[in-house]
Amino acid sequence: MTNAIEVEHLVVARGKRRVLHDFTCSVPSGSVTGLLGPSGSGKTTFMRAVVGVQQIVSGTVTVLGHPAGSKPLRDKVGYLTQAPSVYADLTVKENARYFASLYGLGAAEADAAVSDVGLSQAKDQLVGTLSGGQRARASLACAIVSKPQLLVLDEPTVGQDPVLRNELWQRFHALARAGSTLLVSSHVMDEAGRCDRLLLVREGLLIADESPAAVRERAGTDDLEEAFLRLVQAQESVQESDKEKVA
Amino acid sequence: MSARLTFATAGRILRQLRHDRRTIALILVVPTVLLTLLRYLYDNNPLLFDRIGLIMLGVFPLVIMFLLTSVAMLRERTTGTLERLLTTPIGKVDILLGYGIAFAVAAAVQATIASALAYLLLGLDTLGPAWLVGVIAVGNSVLGMALGLLVSAFANSEFQAVQFMPAVVLPQVLLCGLLQPRDQMAGWLQAISDVLPMSYAVQALTELGANTEPTGVMWRDLGVIVGCVIVALLLGAATLRRRTP
Repeated sequence: MTNAIEVEHLVVARGKRRVLHDFTCSVPSGSVTGLLGPSGSGKTTFMRAVVGVQQIVSGTVTVLGHPAGSKPLRDKVGYLTQAPSVYADLTVKENARYFASLYGLGAAEADAAVSDVGLSQAKDQLVGTLSGGQRARASLACAIVSKPQLLVLDEPTVGQDPVLRNELWQRFHALARAGSTLLVSSHVMDEAGRCDRLLLVREGLLIADESPAAVRERAGTDDLEEAFLRLVQAQESVQESDKEKVA
Repeated sequence: MSARLTFATAGRILRQLRHDRRTIALILVVPTVLLTLLRYLYDNNPLLFDRIGLIMLGVFPLVIMFLLTSVAMLRERTTGTLERLLTTPIGKVDILLGYGIAFAVAAAVQATIASALAYLLLGLDTLGPAWLVGVIAVGNSVLGMALGLLVSAFANSEFQAVQFMPAVVLPQVLLCGLLQPRDQMAGWLQAISDVLPMSYAVQALTELGANTEPTGVMWRDLGVIVGCVIVALLLGAATLRRRTP
């Protein structure tokens, strides 16, 4: 299986603070890969590096065989930012149609994306009048409208009710079956089990890059929340003993 | 650069405006009310209204478009839509030209209504042709738009953006020759006014007021305005960074 994303020794700093330390990982094509970690762990920074809008210090990010953010990728990668980035003074339909037009697509594709995220009823409403969850879905519609080869979704299920969250995850897997690769971030561990692969991040360090089953096995628990805690503790004790060795 | 993407963006911006009825009303009504005020301010001196009213036909659209676009572009930057656009096939120049075309349409409607009112109802009288006055007025509002797009890069909030109006536009209004002929200012001040684009906009309108035929100076001034628009748009494009910290 080829990799949709290859990241080697990625280092990112924001101001003087290192946000990502020597990140190396890959995301297999056709997978739904979860990027999990607490708030502030560097998930958004990593995703921005993948779509090529993040200034990096060193390392390489290769997406679908091209350098991240390079021109051939612009119609192959869809990006959902964490805060809904849609125009509040346009209707849901108008937003989707504008983003569709950027890929040379028409009204039919735009309207299909709106119904895919369950917003058909609200399609003529101004985005500014929608609830937070609906607004996030309007933004999602604009990301999936071009059916990109790689979809980078930053916390797409935040604020959605459980039924909708379930539907969205089913849709993500349907997109993967149709050939897309999805990188989905979340800070809720119960969503980790829905992914084919997991990248667990804490304080800018990658502490796991494997399948949920492998994470469970390594940590010796079925509960992914618990597993994450144990991996963090294991890593901290490694760091402690490293420090002692240096001392 | 892509004409299709530029026009798609211009259409999107006009649709955003269309949903904002109050802004449309303000764009169209404010200059006409202010011109009417001027007309009756100089009730006993129609010659002065011919001079000041004519200049204001150029100044009002510039100020209004400057404010509108600086805030509109700031919103694009702060709500994340710009970052998102830069991951799609659209180019930076397409985005800025889209803004340029959309607001030029709004400016043309505004300038046409304001000019029609000034000539037909308020009795504005110029030696030069009214249609050229309209052209310069539209050119001025496009200039205001281009400057607004550029300064939005230096603002982090709407509070900061609106304050660029007194910082960037007001000095030009003071130095453009409206309050005092430019050749009667202190030399160093005149030198500053020589590099401010609004000085040329006002000079072009004054030329039209005083001559029956468009003069060489007027065409040169119009050229300066167009040049400033292009420079401001290019500088604006340079401030749109795909990769940010």
